[in-house]
Amino acid sequence: MATSQSGAKARWALIDVVVLVYALVPVLWIVSLSFKTKETLADKNFIPREWTWQNYADIFTTNQFLRALLNSVGIAVIATLIAVVLGTMAAYAIARLDFPGKRVLVGVSLLIAMFPQVSLVTPLFEMERSLGLFDTWPGLILPYITFALPLAIYTLSAFFREIPWELEKAAKMDGATPAQAFRRVIAPLAAPGVFTTAILVFIFCWNDFLFAISLTSTTSSRTVPAALSFFQGSSQFEDPTGTVSAAAVVITVPIILFVLFFQRRIVAGLTSGAVKG
Amino acid sequence: MAEIVLDKVTKRYPDGALAVSDVDITIADGEFIILVGPSGCGKSTTLNMIAGLEDITDGELRIDGQRVNERAPKDRDIAMVFQSYALYPHMSVRENMAFPLRLAHVDKETINRKVEDAARILDLGQHLDRKPGNLSGGQRQRVAMGRAIVRDPKAFLMDEPLSNLDAKLRVQMRTSVAKLQRRLGTTTVYVTHDQTEAMTLGDRVVVMRGGLVQQIGSPQALYDQPVNLFVAGFIGSPSMNFLPATLADGQLNTPLGAVPLTDRIRRLAEAAKAPREVIVGLRPEHFEDAELLDDTERARGVTFTATVEVLESMGSDKFAYFLVEGETATSAELDTLAAETGSTEMTDSGPQIVTRLSAASAAHEGAELDVWFDPDKLHLFDPGDGRTLTHVK
Repeated sequence: MATSQSGAKARWALIDVVVLVYALVPVLWIVSLSFKTKETLADKNFIPREWTWQNYADIFTTNQFLRALLNSVGIAVIATLIAVVLGTMAAYAIARLDFPGKRVLVGVSLLIAMFPQVSLVTPLFEMERSLGLFDTWPGLILPYITFALPLAIYTLSAFFREIPWELEKAAKMDGATPAQAFRRVIAPLAAPGVFTTAILVFIFCWNDFLFAISLTSTTSSRTVPAALSFFQGSSQFEDPTGTVSAAAVVITVPIILFVLFFQRRIVAGLTSGAVKG
Repeated sequence: MAEIVLDKVTKRYPDGALAVSDVDITIADGEFIILVGPSGCGKSTTLNMIAGLEDITDGELRIDGQRVNERAPKDRDIAMVFQSYALYPHMSVRENMAFPLRLAHVDKETINRKVEDAARILDLGQHLDRKPGNLSGGQRQRVAMGRAIVRDPKAFLMDEPLSNLDAKLRVQMRTSVAKLQRRLGTTTVYVTHDQTEAMTLGDRVVVMRGGLVQQIGSPQALYDQPVNLFVAGFIGSPSMNFLPATLADGQLNTPLGAVPLTDRIRRLAEAAKAPREVIVGLRPEHFEDAELLDDTERARGVTFTATVEVLESMGSDKFAYFLVEGETATSAELDTLAAETGSTEMTDSGPQIVTRLSAASAAHEGAELDVWFDPDKLHLFDPGDGRTLTHVK
């Protein structure tokens, strides 16, 4: 028994290590590249022989990156807020009310989630140009909300369905108005769900490259993922790999910290909707 | 403290389904009334209409003489205990119980005092700062009761509050609920599907079926004088035995043999214009092992012989099951009763009789036994509409 158990443990450990290495090597590679000097960039060493902060200093001195970071944060935060507020209301209605057109609403939101975004880029480009939204913040916020809403509605309605309806009835019987019942009973219970959804939506907006590259043309609204592709060295022959890597690390770190910090809540959130009880 | 009057209260859903139809109940101040019936009989809907959680389609609901149909639940001053307890999981026991008082803007000191009082009554003192998630089922149930009693409402509504507890705890809580209600003297409407709870708890019991009130009365009245086959079969455990019979020449021809009609039964049956074909109802506890009776008693009753199919010894009593030759009693009412209570053990060979015999009986499985019953205790029903033919005015 004991040997077979330790054997199983060893097997699992091996599998875990393989998965971790597979997932983390590219990330560590980028981190490593970002600390290398221009001369050692292509030396094929995993651990830099010469460490430098120069790449980081470079990206923060160029206006291009800071402006892109501001765009990214602004656009992602606004899109997340709007999507979560709308999604909360829609999900609550879907979970609690029986209204005409409920199935259609759910079906359409599923349709949007499945629709290939690439096929919408060209029409969106034309529409935004004629509406004057091209290369503006709303020009990105609007499509982000559209594509984040199904995600928000699905996650949140699973959460709301988890909250027993009887709690609301109990609150009513205890003398609460509908607003009080929502504020003091439903909202605190739904908070982890709203939070999880907000993080997922934020990551979706933060990571988007397709819309960011297609619907922007200047630094006024270009987000970091798109801006990265425009990084270039000071001359045509200079390799921007170091600065691109540094920028990639800079925009990844907040997300990693965010997720690590709220890991337990996100995991609880993702599973609590899936399994009853 | 309040009188609750349901005046022809009806609930019809938008899809046309009639959940509750013309319910008339007057619940006296301080009364403990039970709504009982199989699932889907409209008892919970009725309770929710009193609570204000469901709209009343038709009729009037009056609390203390005032029409409250249009009032929101919070303005009716009634507390409710839910089947799932519906405790707020993010609040401690203390906060849960204080919640209705805080909503009513009661000052902090009074809230504390009332919560402590309720906790003492319900023996929750040491759990006040725990979260509901860390409590046992019985404790949660008591917190739910506590949340209802802290605010001294006009009435308590309880929706199957004990059905999530295990059997032993249920019996224990049943007595505590009864004691609590006597002590507080608050008008209480209690919904259950369990006829034992209904019989033991209530001052009066309302038996419902298919949205219609079948009978309202004290537990004893329902047991002694059921108005129809449904109530007769629903109240009492094990339930009443039903046998087809023909009424002729002052006697009943039943699968158990000829049973003479006593004067009392004859008079009642005549007054009710009994048809020729009837259904006889006999409660299991009205049978006895003939061996255990003296001759005068034996002569007073009817004795038949049958083979004991199954014998269940409960220690205090013995339940003996017999198969009787002949037809099974058929009636639309009996069919719905069987379907709704889930007792669908259909026997092909004839009707089954359950009898409750004294523990001293020598009956054993597979052997023949002389069984005696008192013909004056039987009930007669009309197979057509299920109404009783032996109703005492």
